[in-house]
Amino acid sequence: MSNETMLTRRGLFMNIGILFNSLVAVALAVPIVRFLLSSVSRERQDAYLAWVPVGSVSEFPEGETRLATFRNPYVMPTDGATVNTACWVRRVGGDQFQVFAVNCAHLGCPVRWFPQSGLFMCPCHGGVYYRDGSRASGPPERGLFAYPYKVENGLVLIRAGELPTPGAASAALDGKKSTCA
Amino acid sequence: MRLISQIGEWFDRRLQLAAPIREAAEHQVPRSTASWFYVFGSAAFTVFLLQVVTGILLALIYVPSGSEAWSSLQALNHDVALGWFIRALHGWGSNFMVALVLIHMVQVFLFGAYKFPRELTWIIGVFLLLMTLGMAFSGQVLRFDQDAYWGLGIGASIVSRVPVLGPAMVKLMLGGPIIAGATLSRFFALHVFVIPAILIGCVGLHLLMVLKLGINEWPMPGRIVKRSTYINDYHALTQKDGAPFVPYAIWKDLFFAAFILLAVAACALYFGPFGPSGRPDPTIIQTVPKPDYFFLWLYALLSLLPPSLETPALLIGPVLVIFGLLLLPFLSGEGEKSWRRRPIAVLTVLLTAITLGEFTHLAGFTPWSPHMNAWSGDPVPDRFLHGTTALERQGALIFQFKQCRNCHSLGETGGQRGPALDRVAVRLTEDQLIRQVIQGGGNMPAYGDNLSPAETTALVAFLKTLHPAGQAPARDAARGIVLGDGLKDPSGSKP
Repeated sequence: MSNETMLTRRGLFMNIGILFNSLVAVALAVPIVRFLLSSVSRERQDAYLAWVPVGSVSEFPEGETRLATFRNPYVMPTDGATVNTACWVRRVGGDQFQVFAVNCAHLGCPVRWFPQSGLFMCPCHGGVYYRDGSRASGPPERGLFAYPYKVENGLVLIRAGELPTPGAASAALDGKKSTCA
Repeated sequence: MRLISQIGEWFDRRLQLAAPIREAAEHQVPRSTASWFYVFGSAAFTVFLLQVVTGILLALIYVPSGSEAWSSLQALNHDVALGWFIRALHGWGSNFMVALVLIHMVQVFLFGAYKFPRELTWIIGVFLLLMTLGMAFSGQVLRFDQDAYWGLGIGASIVSRVPVLGPAMVKLMLGGPIIAGATLSRFFALHVFVIPAILIGCVGLHLLMVLKLGINEWPMPGRIVKRSTYINDYHALTQKDGAPFVPYAIWKDLFFAAFILLAVAACALYFGPFGPSGRPDPTIIQTVPKPDYFFLWLYALLSLLPPSLETPALLIGPVLVIFGLLLLPFLSGEGEKSWRRRPIAVLTVLLTAITLGEFTHLAGFTPWSPHMNAWSGDPVPDRFLHGTTALERQGALIFQFKQCRNCHSLGETGGQRGPALDRVAVRLTEDQLIRQVIQGGGNMPAYGDNLSPAETTALVAFLKTLHPAGQAPARDAARGIVLGDGLKDPSGSKP
């Protein structure tokens, strides 16, 4: 009577065809999604979280804060100058350091150090920090990001291969001296 | 002539497009819609076509590589014949397109054109606005200079605040752990392939619905939209008082589109291309990044929001605005169309325009940013130094040397982050000045660790001189009584 409810031979083929395409689509989606998410996966984490030198200890006078530059440990051929990054190195005394990211903890603009007043100031929205990186005034909700560091063979090394952002796990950016050699 | 029509017929027998095109061109529209208020949508579309053409031209030279993008823009500006002009057309075209899309949206909103049966046209229009803003931001990134680099950093900082997923979203956005070559490449893919494809698809649907549903008639106060009767009323109107779209209405679109293209070209010719500013080298930190014109209001908002409100406002605000816009035709899909009878709609537009305008205006001189070179560059005006003692002059030196000037102005120069200090001695007594300098507070850093007692004394001595000639500085009356010298020394200074 009603042909619409009956599954015809051609209709069955069409359904199988749709099913076949769906299976192929799912099979192809796996590598596509993995490719798209490759920047999020942890595969390269070992590479970009390697220790990089910012200079020898003697370059940083005790009690002073100096601008240093380092090269990101993970480099792609088209990165150009963007893999060179600046940081503020404060030698508290002896082997005690604080290595601050230049990125303001508010929205990431580069902060500048004023030794006369002992303040870091941000040119964008007016965030200000004391010499130890703690928040002094303005919109930031926390102090400056401090990279983990260690001193080895007279060199100051930091782990800084990742752009510090306010939402990143703060434990990784509290600037503790690394105990593991 | 006969040959041409024969060729035409040959094609049409195969394409069969002549009839539908003629039908679309000659469809009846209400005479009231042949208005200069109805030209912004077609003008936005015309500028979009200009963007497509100039974008393809730029892609002939531009290299989307972190190491070469900036130099290829320099080559466009300086080495390639008229490369600067094509860049300028594309840059000014983007400003005009954002402006026209916004004006079109305001017109549609005030004319009630989003109401039944044009809800979906409005919703797709909202997506077109978002895509236009997406093009504007990604285009700013492709101009891979210092502003683009730090602008990406700001974008990443905002995205990172999304709960739980934030850090992963930052890496997805940047294409890696830092802003680098991969970041530029993916914004290139967005700007050149993904967003334009969505834009073209949405524009097609948007136009199709304008054709199918008809152009919104000029709203008359009292002519109420009802779902049950609107379609019949509209058809009656187009039959009674209608005219074919071509040529009756389209000539105004054509005139305005040509005028807008001319205006874009004139701006491009006169003002030239945008940037690029400095090389995208993150080791150069002497930079004051600023977003492009259409995002300046956001830049201002991010400075003025209280810190505790910022993350919620950034993450929830846009969602609320977008949902509000999408829900609008469902919340008020019927009823009055005329702006004359919709005061809240008019007030909403005015309030939004004034707010965005004022934020943009403020972002032009950024009163919230310290002036990084005020301490070394701005002179202390003569009148503040005339007849001062050595101690007070020493205080003026400390005022400059300790960067107080970066945030506090004297004689209208210097930063505006903190209050101007021209009359500070009238507001604060000596004790209050000392306390404020040493402990900070009220959004001022504490200087206690950084000033010796002698420096504080000198600085406060200078600050105490900052009052108008005829007005005595503030003094603590109780202090005078306690110390027994209040009556002798009305200026409040120490004996």
